[in-house]
Amino acid sequence: MGTQALATLGVALLLAVAAYCALFVAPNEATMGLIQRIFYFHVPFGWSAFVAFAISFVSSIAYLRTRTPKWDWLAVSSAEVGVPFVTVMLVTGPIWAHPVWGIWWTWDARLTSTFVLWVLYVCYLLLRTLIDEPERRAVVSAVFNIFAAFDIPLVYFSIWFFRTQHPQPVIGAGGSLDPRMLDVLLLCWGATLALLALLLRQRYRVEALRWEIERLRLEAESRGSVPPGLAALRDKEYSA
Amino acid sequence: MALARPIGILLAKELRTEFRTRELLISTLVFVLIVLVLFSYTFEPTTAESKRFGPGLLWMALLFAGSLMLHPSFTREQSNETLVALRMAPIDPVSILAAKILANFCFLLAAELVLVPIFAALYNLRIVPVLGRLAAVLVLGTLALCIVGTVFAAISSQARMRELLLPLLLLPLLTPALIASTEATVGLLDDPPALSAVYIGVLAAFDTIFLTVTWLFGEYLLEE
Repeated sequence: MGTQALATLGVALLLAVAAYCALFVAPNEATMGLIQRIFYFHVPFGWSAFVAFAISFVSSIAYLRTRTPKWDWLAVSSAEVGVPFVTVMLVTGPIWAHPVWGIWWTWDARLTSTFVLWVLYVCYLLLRTLIDEPERRAVVSAVFNIFAAFDIPLVYFSIWFFRTQHPQPVIGAGGSLDPRMLDVLLLCWGATLALLALLLRQRYRVEALRWEIERLRLEAESRGSVPPGLAALRDKEYSA
Repeated sequence: MALARPIGILLAKELRTEFRTRELLISTLVFVLIVLVLFSYTFEPTTAESKRFGPGLLWMALLFAGSLMLHPSFTREQSNETLVALRMAPIDPVSILAAKILANFCFLLAAELVLVPIFAALYNLRIVPVLGRLAAVLVLGTLALCIVGTVFAAISSQARMRELLLPLLLLPLLTPALIASTEATVGLLDDPPALSAVYIGVLAAFDTIFLTVTWLFGEYLLEE
């Protein structure tokens, strides 16, 4: 069995253990009951998504400074993995909020800034599909990524002055989280981080291959011929 | 200042180009007027209702106008390939962006000079007692729109579907500026009027942060 398959199996196992602990090991929450257990998916996916966007932001700056394509591959890979992670957070949130708050959604600081974050990175990925030349695409989308990253704290603070309804942090000073709950939460975070790393590695390799195909195609074109196999590969790449 | 002279020259060039045709200014004016009229159908425009909804619709109209009118800043240059000539000039590329930001800022402020009184008249709002403070909000809010809008016009001009792409990139990013300028304007229409220091602070922070980001990273957008 290859390392890839082993890693996938390991992450799957870790996720299964985390899910088991979240559903059966963690104690029942006193007032909310069962529905509170969604917290073990909602929070870890959110934290991991922020890790992904932080990687994307740093990689974009590194790309602009060094012009090494690898940084661009890392920037797009982590953004593309981060978006579905935030989607998980945005979907599990309302499922929890409806029975507890009585509403699906409220426009408070955290919810709104997470939603804007999601929209901005969807736009980032969209922008990338609309520029064909690889180096231009890398430069332009890196600048957009930096703007988006600086925008998020501003969105948060501008809405913070409306009263915030989202539960305040229960970890760290002033929190009242049962130690067993914290253990399960950290285990779940570890599992989602492992998933993030696995997906990131896969996506990064796809981007590297895409770049390689493009390079070979340009090389072949400069020699005056595109081998049929390479042309077919490229068409497949673009239709995918 | 090594930047001031090229910015001044480029700004004069931008203003001259626009005032030869005035097409941007006129179409922006007409567009915002149409939007203001259309919004009046969506609620009963009495003074009380207008105080609640007016500021939001004014800023929404300006935002939409901005996302349309900022687009030509770079496409104009592209059609004649004059951006290449600008880049060959021995100046800091940031000054090209800065001059375009300033020019768009002037255009939009000029449009607002006409639009805001019309808006106040149409929606029965008293702006004369708060004119100075309203001007401060308009200046900060418009600057926010022009900084990000001009930089994103440089981004979208390099992509396909650019007319559609600019509002897509711009509008979500302007969330904090829209909230702050709307809330600050709502405060000015209150009885008694009050200028919220918090929202002025958010606008000033927005302008400062994105001017700095543009200064640090904007030049990459102009390279060939």
